[in-house]
Formats: sequence, structure tokens, C-alpha cells
Amino acid sequence: MASLELRKIVKRYKSQTVLDNLSLTVADGETLVLFGPSGAGKTVLLRLVAGVIDPDEGKILIGGDDMTDVDAEFRGVGMAFQNFALFPHMSAFDNIATPLQAKRSSQGAIKAGVESVAKLLKIAHVLSHKPRALSNGQKQRTALARALVGSPPLLLLDDPLRNVDAKLRFEMRLELPRLLADRGATVVYVTQDYKEAMALGDRIAVMAQGVIRQLGTPEQIYREPANIEIARLFGDPTINLLDVKPARDARGIYVGLSNVQVYLPDAPGTAVGRDCIIGLRPEALHFVDENEPGAIPVTVEAETPLNEKIVTLVRTVRGREILVSRPAGTPGRSEGKAHIAVDGKSALLFDHASGERIGSKNVLNLRSGEAA
Amino acid sequence: MEHTSLLERILRGAALTLVVIFFMFPIVWIFMMSFQTNETILRIPPQLVFEPTLANYTALITGKLMTAAGTLDIAFMRNLWNSVFLSVTSVAVSLLLGVPAAYAFARHKFRGSEDIAFTLLSFRFAPALLVLLPLTLYFQKLGLANTYVGLIWVYQLICLPLILWIVRGYFEDIPADIEYAYRIGGHSWFATFRKIALPLAGPGIAAAGLLAFIFAWNNFVFALVLASADKQPVTVGALAFITSSGIQYGQISAAIVLSITPTLALALYAQRYLVEGLSLGAVKG
Repeated sequence: MASLELRKIVKRYKSQTVLDNLSLTVADGETLVLFGPSGAGKTVLLRLVAGVIDPDEGKILIGGDDMTDVDAEFRGVGMAFQNFALFPHMSAFDNIATPLQAKRSSQGAIKAGVESVAKLLKIAHVLSHKPRALSNGQKQRTALARALVGSPPLLLLDDPLRNVDAKLRFEMRLELPRLLADRGATVVYVTQDYKEAMALGDRIAVMAQGVIRQLGTPEQIYREPANIEIARLFGDPTINLLDVKPARDARGIYVGLSNVQVYLPDAPGTAVGRDCIIGLRPEALHFVDENEPGAIPVTVEAETPLNEKIVTLVRTVRGREILVSRPAGTPGRSEGKAHIAVDGKSALLFDHASGERIGSKNVLNLRSGEAA
Repeated sequence: MEHTSLLERILRGAALTLVVIFFMFPIVWIFMMSFQTNETILRIPPQLVFEPTLANYTALITGKLMTAAGTLDIAFMRNLWNSVFLSVTSVAVSLLLGVPAAYAFARHKFRGSEDIAFTLLSFRFAPALLVLLPLTLYFQKLGLANTYVGLIWVYQLICLPLILWIVRGYFEDIPADIEYAYRIGGHSWFATFRKIALPLAGPGIAAAGLLAFIFAWNNFVFALVLASADKQPVTVGALAFITSSGIQYGQISAAIVLSITPTLALALYAQRYLVEGLSLGAVKG
């Protein structure tokens, strides 16, 4: 059992509060992704859990035991660093072997342990090399192997794919979930890449300025982002955001886009008459015929084919630019006048002033504690 | 490769030769003098061709100095041993105290840590002559005057700040993440210091140790005042060659050759530990 529980953690550096009364629970065997821009406090949080820095306030429980004042070497966690942090004067083998040596395992057990994890991560052929003779990908795998080798019940991975090339990142994004699931370990994974977050996380905690802004499954974060900021961070191409003021008539709540009434069947009544921002995912828009109901006239500005999808930049009659995404091979317009329709069900409404999503059920007060 | 013309290469060669001659000449001249008698040395004009003699070295090693006024006892070999003993012990003590202190200053910011580090450095600000008089009085009271312990203690003024500040810089250059990684792996802070910090700061420790050794070896004024004949190092012992019947240039030269040999040997040996780039490839970015 190695659940992780953080209770009201506060960490300050001089006058700056890096983590502000943060609470979080990660269930045994769960993979939680900490996602957020740099400076959000993700790495600090991970280091607090690892025990290399101490919180100013709050408690850290690992597997139900209070570890707040326990030194790093007794916490039994594994950690991979963003910058790899390999020991430059040791071979890859010795690097990976260090956690086993600390446990005073026998020579045979160390050799077997290192070799099995090296085989798993496909670095068995470079075990005798010093870190400087390794490629970035091999360094990253060595660092990962070092974190995994002792089979720690809690794994902390600090953006391990940050410094590797795109091809390897893609490969590892496919490999890692299986690797982590096979180990059965509880994982806290830090990343700034939303695709990585979506691919790896059972749940995602979106952090900004030392607090968790939203906690939920990848699906929830994408479909029901708590605020504009999160809506913007997840999704490529980014979400279209337009100023609107929802109104109501006999058919329901609607917004006016280029003088066309677009009905939003799921919109909450509280949005009516307020200054709002509507968030439209590019894939929630499609090209339609002129005489289709709800068709909005636009001018096509540019088209970018991105292998599996085609992204089109269009301009409305009011001069607002909108991105439309469609799967490759489906019909669309690449130039001139066109019409688009909005899938009103997937439209998101945000309050103009606060940026919070209107009707968000996800407005948990994460600062005060109960996050699960 | 940059293209260089023939003329450029010739000029560069000439310039290099000039520089080498300029810097090496005194050493070569001393080396030659050490194989000559006082008469050949003082001949005018000086001669490049002479009959080499080992008399100077024999005199130094046997401790019998032949002068016009008779035979003098000199304790050069004793002085040389004193130099070796004092320098080696001082540097060893400084390393033992300074390296852990440097690590503490590099890794832990505690109240007053900067002030303490600066105070240690400030030991080097005061001119030696300024502290010598009070030091001599204290040492006589404490019974430390003319003892090895006392001298080694005073030599810490020379060695400790040097080692502390150089090695601290090297420790600070080791990314903290490397040490964190070792600790998270289950090792104590002391094991981390021994297995990670020390090997990675190795070149810095070697450089600082070598420098401290040279400074200790070349020290003159502390030993002159605080030690009597049997504890004096070569720097002070060389005064014995200025005798009532003249200055023994031949023996002085031989003494210089003998006394730079250990430092030179140490420098050549330590050179391979002074390699940069040991930490290359440790972290990305």
C-alpha cells in the first residue's frame, strides 16, 4: 500500500508562497499527473514528497504513515529527474544499482535487478558506459531505470521526457503507461505537455500559482475545464474563445454569432444576460451548406493539413478569427466563402470577468482540503 | 583550421622562444650554478662552459659546508624534512577541516554562514607581520613557540581559507539534483558526501590542495619568527648560506634545486587530477 496524501501543504521561499495550502490524495496504484506552466509549483511539490525539501506547514503521508519529518533515504520512493541527475563518475550499471546497494542487496541480486530493468528499458547494451557516452534517450532511460529498480511503491517522475527528442517522447508516451501499470506503483508524474498528461494520467491535477485549479480525469479536464486558462492549455489547436451575451427565447438559451442564433441545449440558466466568453473546440465546428439551419457565414483564410487532421483558419463577418478542425479526408473548404455550424452541446461558457466556467460542477474548494 | 602564413608561423615561433627564454632563464642559470664552485660562479665575465662539480650537493647532503674560514655545520637536510613535514601535515589538516566545511557552506545556508566564510577568508587580508608579534607572545605563553603543532596551527591561516573557498566553489557547481537522487535512492547524507560530492569535486580538491601546499612550502616569515633552527623549513634555512666568509652561491643554487623538486613533482603528479570536465554529461541543460 502506498497511497499518497498531502494535507494543507504550505511552502514559501522568502516572501513568495510557492505552494499555498495544498491538499491532494493519490490512491494506491493510481497515476496522477501534475500539469501546469513552469513556476506553478509542480517540481517543488514533488521534491517535498521525495523529502529533499521540507514544507513550512502541512503533512505528507505515504501509505498512511506520516513522513513529514522523515529523511529522504527512509521514504522508500523512486524519483526520476527532469535533468536526469545521473552520477557522472559511475557507469550506467552503477548508476542504476545505487538504490539496490543502499538496501544492502547481494551482488547477485543487484546484477539480476539491474539487468532485468535495463532489459525492460532497452539499455542493456550500454550498461558499461559512463553517462557522458550515452545519448539523451539512453540517459533518460538510465534515470528511469534507477527510479524503477528498487520497485518503490511510490514513483515520482519529474517531467522525464522534457529533454528527449520528439520521436523518443512519442515512443515513451506509448511505453510508459504499460510500464507503470505493470509495476503497480503509485505514480505522481509532472509534465508541461498536455498530450503526455492525457496519455498517462488516471487523473490530472492542473496547477497554477501554487494551487490546484482543477482535479479530474483527462476526459473531465477536456470536456469540462474549470476555467478559460485550463480550456486553453488542453487541446491542439487551441480552443476558440469569443465574447457573447447569452439570451433566452422559446427554444432555449442561445448566443448570437455573426447574427446567427446558436442554441446551447446544455447551457445553465444562470448564464442568461451575463457577459460571457464562449469556448468552442475546433473539432466542435464543421463546414456546412449555406441553407442549413444555424449556418454561420465565414471567409477561409488559411488551411493547415496536420497529417491526421486539417486545421482551417476562418474569419467571421465581424472579423473574428476562428480555427476549425476536421479529420483528414473529410470534405471542407480551402478558400473563399464558406459556412460553419456549431455543435451547441459541446460549447463551453465562461464568465467574462472571472474566467470560471459557468455551471461548473467541478468548483471544488481545493484550497481548503477535500480534493477527491 | 585557420590558415597561417609562413611568416606568421616564424614570428609566432620567435615570440614563443623569447617568452620561454625569459621565464626559464633564471631557473636554468640556477641549475647550472648548482654544479659550479663559488669561484667559477663569480668569474667575470660569466662562462657558459665549466667543469661540473657535485661538491655543492655533497655538502648539503652531508651537512658539512666548506668555506674559506673553515667547516660549518648546516642543517639543510633537516630543513628540507621540516618543510616536507610542515607542508604535508598542514595541508592534510586543512583538507580534513576545510573540505567538510566547504561542503557545509556550499549546501546549507544557515544563519551567519556567509559571515563565517568571509571571516575565514579575511585571515588572508592581514599582513603576516601584523599578526606575528601578538602571535609570538601568545605562543610563548601557551608553550607553542618552536613546536611543530604551533607551526602547523599557524599554517592553517595560509591553507584553510584557500582550500575552503576554492573547494566550496566546486561543491556549488555540482547540481543538487545529483545528490538528491543518491539520497532518494536510500543513502545517508554522509554516504552522499563521500560517494558523490567528494569524487565530483575531486579536481577542485586536488587543485586547492596543491596550491595550499605551494603556499605553505614557500612561507618564510611565520617560520622565521616562530621556529628555531631545528624546526625551520628550507625557506628560512637558506639564510645559513650567507656566512661570515661570503655568500655560498653554489650551495644556495643546489639548495633551491633540491627544494623546488618536491613541489614540482607534486604538481606533475596532481596534474592528472586537475582535468576539467569530469561532470560533463551528468545533467542536461
